[in-house]
Amino acid sequence: MPITPYHYLVLAAALFTIGVIGVMVRRNIIILFMSIELMLNAVNLNLVAFSRLYGHVVGQVFALFIVAVAAAEAAVGLGILLAFYRNKETLNVDEVNLLRG
Amino acid sequence: MTALVWLLPAFPAAGAALNGVFGIRWFNRTVTAAVACLSMLASLALAIVAAVNVARVPLARTVVLGDWIPAIPAVTSNGHLPFHVAWTLLMDPLAAVMTLVVTGIGLLIHVYATAYMREESRGSYARFFCYMNLFCAFMLLLVLGGNFLVLFVGWEGVGLCSYLLIGFWYQKTSAVDAGRKAFIVNRIGDWGFVLGIMAAFLAFGTLDLQGVAAAAGHWPIERAQFGGLSIICLLLFVGAAGKSAQIPLYVWLPDAMEGPTPVSALIHAATMVTAGVYIVARNAVLFSHAPLVLAIIAIVGALTALMAASIAVVQTDIKRVLAYSTISQLGLMFLAAGVGAVSAAVFHLVTHAFFKALLFLGSGVVIHALAGEQDMRRMGGLKRYLPLTFVTMVIGALAIAGAPPLAGFFSKDEILLQAFGRNRALWALGSLTSLLTAFYMFRLIALTFYGPYKGDAAREPHDARGAMAVPLMFLAIGTIVVGFIGIPRTLGGANAIEHFLAPSFTETRPASVAIIAGQPDPPGTAERVAEARAELARDRAAHRAAFPVTEVTQERAWALMLLSALIAATGLAGAWRFYVTHPDVPRRAAERSSALHALLVNDYYVDDLYHATIVRGTFAAAREFWRVDLRVIDAFVNAWGIGTRVLAWISHIVDKLGVDGAVNATGWTAGEGSFLVRRGQTGLVQNYALLILVGVCAFLTLYMLAPGLELMRDLFAARQ
Amino acid sequence: MLEAVAFYGLAALILGFGLMVVTARSAVHSVVFLVLNFLAVAVAYVVLAAEFLAVIQVLVYAGGIVVLYLFVVMLVNQKRAPEAHHDPHRKSGLGVMLAAAVLAEVTAIVVYTASSSPASVPTPPPAIAGNTEQVGLLLYTDYLIPFEVASMLLLAAMVGAILFARKAQ
Repeated sequence: MPITPYHYLVLAAALFTIGVIGVMVRRNIIILFMSIELMLNAVNLNLVAFSRLYGHVVGQVFALFIVAVAAAEAAVGLGILLAFYRNKETLNVDEVNLLRG
Repeated sequence: MTALVWLLPAFPAAGAALNGVFGIRWFNRTVTAAVACLSMLASLALAIVAAVNVARVPLARTVVLGDWIPAIPAVTSNGHLPFHVAWTLLMDPLAAVMTLVVTGIGLLIHVYATAYMREESRGSYARFFCYMNLFCAFMLLLVLGGNFLVLFVGWEGVGLCSYLLIGFWYQKTSAVDAGRKAFIVNRIGDWGFVLGIMAAFLAFGTLDLQGVAAAAGHWPIERAQFGGLSIICLLLFVGAAGKSAQIPLYVWLPDAMEGPTPVSALIHAATMVTAGVYIVARNAVLFSHAPLVLAIIAIVGALTALMAASIAVVQTDIKRVLAYSTISQLGLMFLAAGVGAVSAAVFHLVTHAFFKALLFLGSGVVIHALAGEQDMRRMGGLKRYLPLTFVTMVIGALAIAGAPPLAGFFSKDEILLQAFGRNRALWALGSLTSLLTAFYMFRLIALTFYGPYKGDAAREPHDARGAMAVPLMFLAIGTIVVGFIGIPRTLGGANAIEHFLAPSFTETRPASVAIIAGQPDPPGTAERVAEARAELARDRAAHRAAFPVTEVTQERAWALMLLSALIAATGLAGAWRFYVTHPDVPRRAAERSSALHALLVNDYYVDDLYHATIVRGTFAAAREFWRVDLRVIDAFVNAWGIGTRVLAWISHIVDKLGVDGAVNATGWTAGEGSFLVRRGQTGLVQNYALLILVGVCAFLTLYMLAPGLELMRDLFAARQ
Repeated sequence: MLEAVAFYGLAALILGFGLMVVTARSAVHSVVFLVLNFLAVAVAYVVLAAEFLAVIQVLVYAGGIVVLYLFVVMLVNQKRAPEAHHDPHRKSGLGVMLAAAVLAEVTAIVVYTASSSPASVPTPPPAIAGNTEQVGLLLYTDYLIPFEVASMLLLAAMVGAILFARKAQ
């Protein structure tokens, strides 16, 4: 079977799933964030595969923006994490339950 | 001229209005007296003129003054007839006689009262004469009434004035009670009277007196059983018994002596109490068709006469003696009417008016002289101090006892004669009554004027003067003279009064004329007058009267007359012996037959009987009604209240459970629901992420299955 | 043949490193594996003829973000074990299963789409050669406004990050 961009779609889906599993299972916030980065990467891969499929670069431009957004998000998220760590002295996401009702 | 007959009641009515509206406030005594007496004088003048007119042309004149009740369709025994009543006045011989009595005796008593009531305050003085004039106005309306309703207006009016005048001194409880008693007992009579009027309308379809007489003439005489006519007559007699104090409705008259003496003289001797006799006389044609009722009237009259006379024998109050005497004499009048001698009854009415008024006024002088003393046991020896009164009262006593040739002799003798012709037992009762009458009357004279003077020696009682003396004299003269109008044929007289009154008691002649007030005499009046005169001349010969006068033989008549005179003499002698020569006898007689004495003194315990049964019965019934009323209404109101409270409670429960329940349920649902919902708020980020994932999964699943769903949809669509 | 080998090898690398990222005990290990993952993905970009993006990937992701993560890991001086406390409310098992389900479905969809669509889409030759030039052209004409907005976003993120990470006064 020749390698079509569809294979890359499945690959991106698998990477995405790994990221989701990481978000679900891990309790360390930093690992959580990194799983989210994995998911974003999977999306980027997806877009690039589609760009390849359709022959124009719109997908890549989209992926570029996603990279920018991911960077911004990582920066702000880690800032929040630092602020949170200063308060609660823990990186366990299970202890981030102040909104528990 | 005849149309002015309405002025007869109008003059006293105007006098009453003047005295009532202005007199109480502003008139002084002289003006009040002048107004009252002048109005009576005017009426008397008119009455004389009218009587002369009637004597010349004995035609019944009906004067219609205007409509009262417009025609209302009503159902009577004659079918549908309109019920129509007009203000009509009837002037015929009977009415002429009655108006003369009322205005003449009335005027004399008014004059007397101007002096008698002088000690009253000015306002009360005016009130007295207002009531007196009002009474005369109503009495004249009564005797002049052309139909039953106008008559009834007068009937009720005199009852009202009697009540007002009996209770004239209203600060006295006994006077007020007496007035009330008189009114209530009268009312019982009036009830019968009204029922009689209604029955008369049902039977005859008209209330006009002459119309009723004409209609009754066609009915058969009910000799054997009680028919409709008898019932009407009986009901009318109930009314007459109430007004004229016969058994069983006489109990008010002795108590009515609480009123001032002029009132007793005018109302309870001369005029009002005679209204009952007038009723029977006026409806002579009606009564003549109900012999059973006439028998009842005669028996009641005779029994009343005897009973009242027997009570009068032991009375100690001078006015009560005269009151019972009045009841007794009225009984005699009804006895006369009952045996068919209606004109004799009216004759006795006239003579009785004279001497009873005379006796009352004389007793008033005595009471005045002794400063209000009415107990005869404390009187005596007044012959020396009150000579005029003594003479006039002796004349009156002789008259009532039936001593010839005074008035009472002729009238009473006529009655006893007619009674003898009909029923010996009735005659015996009447004669016994006459004996007792003579006895107690001279007992009164003896106790009052003879014997030692028991009053205050310092104050000398003064005789009647001026306005009190003149009426006494006139009445005395009248007592002597008036008998002569009824001297029977047996004694050589013409029995003028019987002939004069005869047309009133026959069935109506077509020759009566209806004269509308204000309009000229209808054409042909003169001819009809001439015709009537001729017819009357014929009738005088045939004497087509309603009651065939029993012809008694000359010897029998003389014998009876002698017997009457003897009875009178016996009574007088008995009284002389009992009270003048041997004053000890009555006391010993009373001790020996103390039971009888007690029975008579307590007037046969009739008053007590009435009180124990009727009065207390009425009060008990009223109390029971009040209790039932209380329980029923209270129960109803309470039930209503309880019902309202129950409804309110139900409403409250509904509100609490329903409305509040709904609201609370909503809140509870929110509260309990929140417990469930809150469990989703774990505060764990990853749980929220899971939810997102769930959504994604669901979306993907749907996307995957979409072709299959479409397929199924197409399958279904194809199948249908 | 070569393509298949390259693809499957690359796929194994990417997925393997990804798994290591998720399952590493230590955070530093996780970061290292993340870097490696990014690099593998960049290689994948190159294979898919997205050279510019591959470079950006390496520069921004591997060079910037990962360094950031490392700094934060070092800054956070953990005294306790970070994952000691375990909340009983979490349902991670369910999450894993659902993720697997999602994967299965997406794969199914892709396979189905791939099988039902034509094998290859004849693509017209691009007007301008060179990937960077193409991306640059689109970026500065059609997508200029998102470009500017992205710069705004970055500015805001910078400010926010500084604000958050400041020491409390």
